[in-house]
Formats: sequence, structure tokens, C-alpha cells
Amino acid sequence: MNKMEIPLSENLGHGHLACAGCGAAVSMRLTLKALGEKTVMVFPASCWSIVPGFWPYSSLRIPVIHAGFVTGGATASGVRAALDIRGDRESVVAVWAGDGGTFDIGLQALSGAAERNEDFIYICNDNEGYMNTGTQRSSATPMFAWTTTTPVMQPKENPKKDIMAIMADHYIPYAATATIAYPEDLLKKIEKAKRIRGTRFIHLLSPCPPGWRVPSELTIKISRLAVRSKIFPLYEIENGITYTLQEESHAVPVKEYLKLQGRFSHLTESEMEVVQKNVERDWGRLLKKAKA
Amino acid sequence: MKKVITGNQAVAYGVILSRVEVISAYPITPQTTIVEELSDLIASGRLNTRFLKVESEHSAMAALIGASTGGVRCFTATSSHGLAYMHEMLHWASGARLPIVLVNVNRAIGPPWNIWSDQSDSLSQRDTGWIQLYCENNQEVLDTILQAYRIAELAKLPVMVVLDAYVLSHTSEAVEIPTMEEVNPFLPPYCPEYPLDTQEPMAFSVIATPEYFLEFRYKIQKAMEQIPEIAKKVDDEFRSRFGRGYAAIERYGKEEAEILLITSGTVTSTSRIVIQKMIEKGISVAGIKIKRFRPFPSEEIYEEIKGAKKLAVIDRNLSAGVGGIFAQELKASLYSKEERPQVFGFISGLGGRDITPALIEEAIQYTVEHPRPDEEILWLGLKK
Repeated sequence: MNKMEIPLSENLGHGHLACAGCGAAVSMRLTLKALGEKTVMVFPASCWSIVPGFWPYSSLRIPVIHAGFVTGGATASGVRAALDIRGDRESVVAVWAGDGGTFDIGLQALSGAAERNEDFIYICNDNEGYMNTGTQRSSATPMFAWTTTTPVMQPKENPKKDIMAIMADHYIPYAATATIAYPEDLLKKIEKAKRIRGTRFIHLLSPCPPGWRVPSELTIKISRLAVRSKIFPLYEIENGITYTLQEESHAVPVKEYLKLQGRFSHLTESEMEVVQKNVERDWGRLLKKAKA
Repeated sequence: MKKVITGNQAVAYGVILSRVEVISAYPITPQTTIVEELSDLIASGRLNTRFLKVESEHSAMAALIGASTGGVRCFTATSSHGLAYMHEMLHWASGARLPIVLVNVNRAIGPPWNIWSDQSDSLSQRDTGWIQLYCENNQEVLDTILQAYRIAELAKLPVMVVLDAYVLSHTSEAVEIPTMEEVNPFLPPYCPEYPLDTQEPMAFSVIATPEYFLEFRYKIQKAMEQIPEIAKKVDDEFRSRFGRGYAAIERYGKEEAEILLITSGTVTSTSRIVIQKMIEKGISVAGIKIKRFRPFPSEEIYEEIKGAKKLAVIDRNLSAGVGGIFAQELKASLYSKEERPQVFGFISGLGGRDITPALIEEAIQYTVEHPRPDEEILWLGLKK
């Protein structure tokens, strides 16, 4: 990766309410560096209904619109339409939604907007569960993970929904995965998204120390292991067809990623093998798409 | 210019003349011809408007919440299940103090499936913080949309304009259509008090703690309390410019009457004829048309009912377990007053069954013959 300059601008101010070690706070800080000040951000319900602060304060130095849980794709469509009518084609409209607001309850509005190829950047801040309500399972929760609604006695049976495949099949101009252990990659992808018109989708993995049951100082390490273990590969999809993989040369078994997290501490060896096999299956599928 | 148009076409003319900038809608019978008409007008380049053809009514209202926050004039139309599906976002629009105008073509909510006129859809949204205006004819539909934008933008509250399915939506009448030049001075461009601007970033609809939430709601109530005055001012100006006007309520028939028949929507038109006939028969009766349901015109009604002994209310809606919603609201508004006439609550015409002159006559006749209603709910035309 070539050297790049990370903008000095800071648009996430002090005093936000994120937990210690919150991966999403780092995600937001980096994202706003790439998006810049001429950005309007829409927040469907998530941790980010709280994190920026209570009325009359906001720790974000850009205009933000808090919106109904279901409505990320729809609200942003309306904001874009208003800015266009007012002749403002320059400002970027971005959505910052959780995995619940993207994979589950907000999927219909997102799919509708993507089909219309609405002109905004949709960022899914994925912490793999309903963390703002205290760690319940979402369809982004990985297989076998503990949450308060998938207790250890009966952990989640189903694999995580493949949101990138769903978005790619809308033939949107750009979709990419990113995570905070690779800030240059994250910034590059958001800057690239910014240069494109139409629906752009960024899938950001943001480790959540309280929800994943990990010490707050391990956030970046977990983020890096997610990529190295290939459970969260870094890649881009252009026009739903062209896949580009950011290959990771320091591959590790997924066990290395799982064993650091309390939410997987109940996993047996055989369950970890199932996860490993699934990772390999998905990686193989991705490689095939990238070579096609 | 006078044109023979349907109620739904009158809606489309109202939207064009209001210079709406963003429309977001989802088709549902009997609203559909509104969005078809508007799609044609936009496609032919006669409107500089963005039409977001969203995947649901929930998204239709959410998109307008985004657009209205973005500082442009917004419109949507729906009916029945569509309005019910929007419910969450109706609260959001009023909570965010956005001057969105929505047309609801009254239709029953299933099951059983039914696509005909019934006010239960709009009336079950009465607690969402929206102003609600009911229309009697196609002229009133067009004119009310123009007024609705003025009221909404002055009060920073959303307005629902309501018309009956088919009886208005798909029935043609002669309508005087004002020119854009006539409407422009009445309805200046929308100018939001708190603009969305990256130069002056603000956070909209931020979480408010118990320390402040109560005050946010208090302000909405205070804004609602301003509506009678605002709406009257707007109507006075409209009347002086266009020679037509619509008060919150309208009284017709005998000047001093023992019985007052209270209706809304197109039932009023039929009632006008019936009441005239009954007066000729020597019955002391007059009619009151309620146009504005929210905020409920308690004071206006009280002024008109002084001296009357009985109020007969015809409700084309039902709040199961209680009765007709107009009757309930009326009773509640009278409770603290000195003069409290008997209220006769009639239910009729649910799911689009015709409320015929004979049924209205039956309601008046019952009210004449009974000192007080025998039952809390009096069903008109019920097949037993």
C-alpha cells in the first residue's frame, strides 16, 4: 500500500458518549476525515442516536439528522432530493446505520434506495448485534456467538447474512468492506466512494468491547484478526460485478480471532472447526467472484 | 379557469399550484390516480419537482422528513393501510415540526379487504400531532391544499387533507382552478427557520432527556392552540383573493334550531338537501359541517350549538368499544361547558356503503322522537 496523508481535520469532537475502546468511535473519526465538512449525515436509530450527545449538544461538527430506525435509505433519499433541488450537488449525503438498521429492520428502505440508485454513501457500522439495547442478536451476529437473546445454552445457529452480496446484486456502483485496523484502506475506500455518484455502500466492521466481551485495549487487534483470519475480508465490488480483494498475507486460523472474545468462549473445538470451514467456503466463493 | 375534474385531479392541481419541490409516494387504491397524474406532469416537464417512487408508505413519509428537513416543500398522498403503515413516521413529522402536507383519500382498513370510503384510517391517526382538514367537494379539495401549506409553514406542523374515496376521489365536478400568478402571492416559497447547512451545522431530532422532553411536547400543544387563529387568518386572506373560503365549521339550515345535525366530508352535501326538506316539513333542524378535526374546533362548535337541545352526529368511522370518533370528541369538548345538549351518536356508511338521504332523514327523525338516545351507538342501515 502506498503512503497516504490522513487529513488532520477532526469532526468528531470531545465529549461523545461512546464506551471505552468503542470501535465505532474510531470508525466515525476516520470516516469523517475522509468525508470532510461538507457532509450531511443521517442516523437511523443505533448507538449513534446516543453517542453524539443529548439535546442541546452534539459532538459532531457536521449537520446530522436523527431518523427512525427503519428509514436510513429513505430519509437520505429525501435529504439528497432537497439538496439537489436547492442546487447543492457538492455536499455529500451519508447514512450511518448499525447492523440492525441495515441487515434487519432497515433492509427494505435500503434496498428500495439502492434499486433507485439514490445518490448517497450508506455506511453500515457493523458491531454484529443490537448493542445499544444491550447485546441482542441481529442477522449480522456470527454463528455460535453468545448474545443476551442467544444464550450459551442455545447460541445462534445461523450464519451471518451476506449483506455485501445483497448490495452487489442491486448493481450499485460501489460497495466495499473496511475496518479500523486498516485506516489507510478505510480512508481510501471512503474517498473513492465520495468521487462516485449513485448508491455507495461501505460495510465497516467495528468491534464492540462490551458486546463482544473483549478488553477495550484489544479493539484494533480484534479488527486486524478479523481480516487476517478472513472472517471479514477486505474487498470492493464495482457495479455489482467487478470484485477486488485486498489480500492479507499474514493469514491466521479463525480460532485466533474467536478465542480472544468472550462471546465465543463457550465454543467447542468442533464448533470452531465449523466456523473455520465456513470461513474457507466463503473465502473460496469470494476468490471465484474476484477471478470471474 | 373552470374545469371538470375528479377529486384526485383537484389534489394534483393543488400540488402543482403549491409549487411542491419533492413528492414521495407509494400507490394504493383509491389514492393511485393522484400519483399517476403527478408522474405524468413531472415526466412532461411541467413541474420542477423531484418524485421519489419509494418502496413503501413508511419510506414515503421518511423521505419527506429528510426532504423537509432539507428545506423544501413536500407532498405525499395515501389511503387506509398506507396511512396506517406510515403511523410511526407521522409522529416523527410532527415531533420534528415539519410542514409536510399529506392527502389521505379515506378508505376502510381491512380485514375484510375493502377499498371504499370510511374515515377510520385518518381518524385513527388523530393522536399523531397532525392537523386534519376534511373536504366536502372537489373545489374545497384544491383550495384546502393551498391553505394547508400556508398553515403548515406558519405553524411548523404537518397537515393532513382528507377526502372521501370515490364520492370525491373519482367523481368529476366543475372546479375553478386559479392561475399560478394568483396563487404565488398567497403562498410564498417555503423558507425554513432552521436550514440544513454545512456552513452552520445543526443536529436535528437529537435525543432529549426527561429534563427537556416535556417542553418539546408542550410547544407542539401550544402550536396546535394557535391553529384556530392561524387558519382563520389564512382563510380570510384566501377568501379576499379567491372569493371562496372554508371555516373550521360551517352552519347551515335554520338559524335557531332545536336539533343540529353534525357531519363531515361528503355526507354534508347530502345532509344539506335533507335538512332543507325537513325544515319545509316544519322540523326545527340545522346542520354543522366540521372541516377541521385537529385541533378539534371545540370553541367554534360551542358558539354554534348554544340554544340547541340535541346534537345528532353521523360518523362514517368506528372506534370499536367506544363508538363514532366525531361524537366522542364532541362529547369530550362539551363536558366542561354549561350547556350540554344530548348527543346522539349515529354510525353509518362504513366500508363505503351509501349514506342515503333516507338514512339521514331516519337519523333526524329518531332524534326528534327521542328525548335522549336509547343506546350509546345508533346504527343507521344496519342489516340485523
